[in-house]
Amino acid sequence: MRFDLSNPAHLSAALAPDILVLVGAMVLLLVSVWNKESEYRRRQVAIGALVITLLAAVVVVYYWWTGASAAPGIIAVDNFRWAANLIFLLATAFTLLMGLDYDEREDYAPAEAHVLLLFATSGMMLLAAARDLMIVFLGIELMSIAVYVLAGIDRRSSRGAEAALKYFLLGAFATGFLLYGIALIYGAAGSTNLQAIGEVVAASGGIADAPMMQIGIALLLVGFAFKVAVAPFHMWAPDVYDGAPTPYTAYMATAVKAGAFAAFVRVWLEAFPLLPQTDAAMATALWYLAVLTMVVGNVVALAQQSIKRLLAYSSIAHAGYVMVAIVVGTPIGASAFLFYLVAYTLATVGAFAVVMAVSAKGERRQQISDYAGLWRVRPWLALAMAVYMLALLGFPIVGGIGFFAKWYVIEAALEQSKNYLAIWLVLTSVVSAGYYLYVVMVMFMRPRPQDAPELPLVPGATRFVIGTTVALILLFGVYPQPVIRFARAGTLLPMDLAAPAVAGDASPVAGTRER
Amino acid sequence: MRDLLASIDYNGWILPALLILPLLGAIALYLLPGPAPSERDEHATTGAHRTLALVVLTAEFVLSIGLWWSFDIGVADWQAVVDLPWIAEWGARFTLGIDGISLFMVLLTTLLMPLAVLGSWTSIRLKARSYYALLLVLTTGMIGVFVALDLLLFYVMWEIMLIPMYFIIGIWGGERRIYASLKFFIYTMVGSILMLVAILYLWLQSGGTTFNYDQILALAQADANAFDFFGRLIPMTTALFFAFFLAFAIKVPMFPFHTWLPDAHVEAPTAGSVILAGIMLKMGTYGFLRFAMPFFPEAAMSPAIRTSILALGVIGIIYGALVAMVQPDFKKLVAYSSVSHLGFVMLGIFALTLQSVQGALMVMINHGISTGALFFLIGIIYERRHSRLIADYGGIARVAPMFAALLTLVSLSSIGLPGTNGFIGEFLVLAGSFRTAPFFTVIAATGVIFAAAYLLWAIQRMLFEPLSNPENARLTDLNRRELTIMGVLTVMILWMGIYPAPVLDRMEASANKFVQTVSGGAAVTVTTGGR
Repeated sequence: MRFDLSNPAHLSAALAPDILVLVGAMVLLLVSVWNKESEYRRRQVAIGALVITLLAAVVVVYYWWTGASAAPGIIAVDNFRWAANLIFLLATAFTLLMGLDYDEREDYAPAEAHVLLLFATSGMMLLAAARDLMIVFLGIELMSIAVYVLAGIDRRSSRGAEAALKYFLLGAFATGFLLYGIALIYGAAGSTNLQAIGEVVAASGGIADAPMMQIGIALLLVGFAFKVAVAPFHMWAPDVYDGAPTPYTAYMATAVKAGAFAAFVRVWLEAFPLLPQTDAAMATALWYLAVLTMVVGNVVALAQQSIKRLLAYSSIAHAGYVMVAIVVGTPIGASAFLFYLVAYTLATVGAFAVVMAVSAKGERRQQISDYAGLWRVRPWLALAMAVYMLALLGFPIVGGIGFFAKWYVIEAALEQSKNYLAIWLVLTSVVSAGYYLYVVMVMFMRPRPQDAPELPLVPGATRFVIGTTVALILLFGVYPQPVIRFARAGTLLPMDLAAPAVAGDASPVAGTRER
Repeated sequence: MRDLLASIDYNGWILPALLILPLLGAIALYLLPGPAPSERDEHATTGAHRTLALVVLTAEFVLSIGLWWSFDIGVADWQAVVDLPWIAEWGARFTLGIDGISLFMVLLTTLLMPLAVLGSWTSIRLKARSYYALLLVLTTGMIGVFVALDLLLFYVMWEIMLIPMYFIIGIWGGERRIYASLKFFIYTMVGSILMLVAILYLWLQSGGTTFNYDQILALAQADANAFDFFGRLIPMTTALFFAFFLAFAIKVPMFPFHTWLPDAHVEAPTAGSVILAGIMLKMGTYGFLRFAMPFFPEAAMSPAIRTSILALGVIGIIYGALVAMVQPDFKKLVAYSSVSHLGFVMLGIFALTLQSVQGALMVMINHGISTGALFFLIGIIYERRHSRLIADYGGIARVAPMFAALLTLVSLSSIGLPGTNGFIGEFLVLAGSFRTAPFFTVIAATGVIFAAAYLLWAIQRMLFEPLSNPENARLTDLNRRELTIMGVLTVMILWMGIYPAPVLDRMEASANKFVQTVSGGAAVTVTTGGR
């Protein structure tokens, strides 16, 4: 199936999964505002959202299966988009399931939360498709505004309100940077299309003599860095993650991050593929961002006492690992990025599901000390959490796919002879053992305090999320072939770019092997 | 026996079977009914779990013992090879095989593991089912390290055994168990993580197509790239050697990297200490023999690096012995004696003569048996008196003569008395090393004297002085279970001490191949000692 993107009907068809989610969200919104708020309605909307998510996934898989393609245009129709979409939809489905239990426990959470989730997801899907900076901006806004609201969806919680306000103010500020960057790049290149920008950059032999372009790229970088919470633009993340309702924290830590990263990867690989060769300063900036993020995320996480803040800093550290794949900027880097996101999403969603299972109404019991002796009272829950922690640590077999994810990123770095980047990655991983193992230690080696409250049974949907993620992590940890194939097929090939030098950019080994 | 084994195609399935059997046992443990719900407190146990663990690990030993006969003496190549596909996309395969080096490591593991279960028989009551399950998983991991011929598989096994040990120390250990277990974990991980980068680099040199040991070996030796070390170009092989070196040196542990060892060994439960000292430390020296040195002979044999490592080994011998001498805690004394013994192994390996390498292998086996036995004896007495301090004992030979006799015998073997196993290993190391590194050998030889000093002094204070502490008067002697453990180990001590020829025969071809591989690739084959 080949789409002609200049034809509106074809364009709509190419955007079918995105439109499906968007329209579904609007219908559900009407359902939820037209009826009196009730528990039944909440459930109905959540299940409706789940169905839409699955349908969208089916459409995406269908397009991938039939090898849908299109000539270069404002949106991409390629495997990278489908692969990224599947990751978003997976995270969304898990979040919806956890949301079901969250609603029940908190006895609040209006049905609109599930609708907002779908809006945010459609924004991400647009981001993964964007081949034009204007679409990037649309996607980011669609995603971010929905998530601002989600962070403060519990009106009774002051922490939630603080989180939402903080996220909104800083997010709006970062969007300003992004927009300004887009404007300057447009001014320098005369187009917002990624391919056109790439051609202009290639034709003028780099950006060394184009200060407007340089400033534009730098501002764009700041905007993306904020959205994916890369140090030093990460300050908002721990506060927001801590204050937001747990299922939506899981969503922010996985899907939102993945969405922003997907656009980041595409913009960098398609518009500025020659940046490392032509502008050392910009490549160095990315390098330092990656290393700084790995160091800051991992070191600060060591000092956390709240499990959600710990996971927030852990997600910052993981943004650093993903940045390594972006610094490399090769097809292997892009597939390492996808592989990493699968592993990271499974482990992080699972960890937040355990947080859900342990915490009590009003988001209490979210200190790490509340996990003391968990193994004695809920052995399977503790084991699942240990698997997530070890997966995030990147431990083989017991940490499952987490090991191969790090492996893939290191491969991408070494393949481009970025030895020190790989060494930084593994050394900061060792630091991360300090806090991941701390959680494991507290659960298994500390006694349960005498006055510790009885834990309620884990609700069904959360139990399903935990079971599925652990099973997938462990299965892929022994048998990673499906994920490798997924990541390789979904890689971003800079092949339809005009500049001939680009083909030589990817090493010959990588080029042949990745196809 | 060989024909019988050949008739059942023993070599074709034994290695995977050794890996799978403990895992099946671990699953079976969880299928057994746990303690009845009415008495479900943390210390309740039915006793069925330990029996099952013992049965599985004994079956494992019985299975593995066939390797002794099926092993072809005089063949340096891989034996009992099994090669199955694993991750085709990355060229990782499930390749297993043994040679004269890993054969004994596997047998040592399967011998010590059932004894470790017996040693935990009454002392482990808390969550016994999980404890035995972890021991079984640990067995798979350790055997996996010794038989893996695929670098990815090796690395996975190398890491995987960390987890059970971390939990065994951290949950069932002594007072400072949490500190000790974390330290153990972090140290090992710091070392192995750079090795991961090195393995990845070698794999990429093959175009990302193979992890096969032999192919990577050829690639590693031929690698001519340079590594930019803060502006200075050094050969890539040197950087890679360093990455492997760090992983193995921490595991051995060599002198400046040894500080995790006293903590982990002292805080671990008895079986944990036995496994740590008996098997896990050997993974470090095994790593030097199998990977670090054959892969990068030029780096390993360059005068500066070789001399430094020999010096560190000898410092370890003397330092370990001196620190052991002043320990008030008997378990800590044995822990430091490990540093000293493993120094001999490093000396033997890096002296690189056939004799010294064979000696190093002997010391590896002997240390597993003798130090394992010492830790068992400490565990036995600790269970009765809840003290490991030498000062708390004295004259207990009067009340526990069997214990005293066995402790004396084991100590003598650890010192290296002729007629016991310890003598063979240390003698071969010293005799072999003297030819290539006389200076270091002379210093190392004094370590034997120190060993006699700290162990004899310790057992004198524990066993033979007047029975001053009245609490010791009620001490009971070894029971039948404990005599079984010690009986097996005593037989090994005497057999290896009196007639080690079958063992040496089996390791000779592989040791020779190791020496050839390393010296053949080196610019300077044999240096005249360390100076």
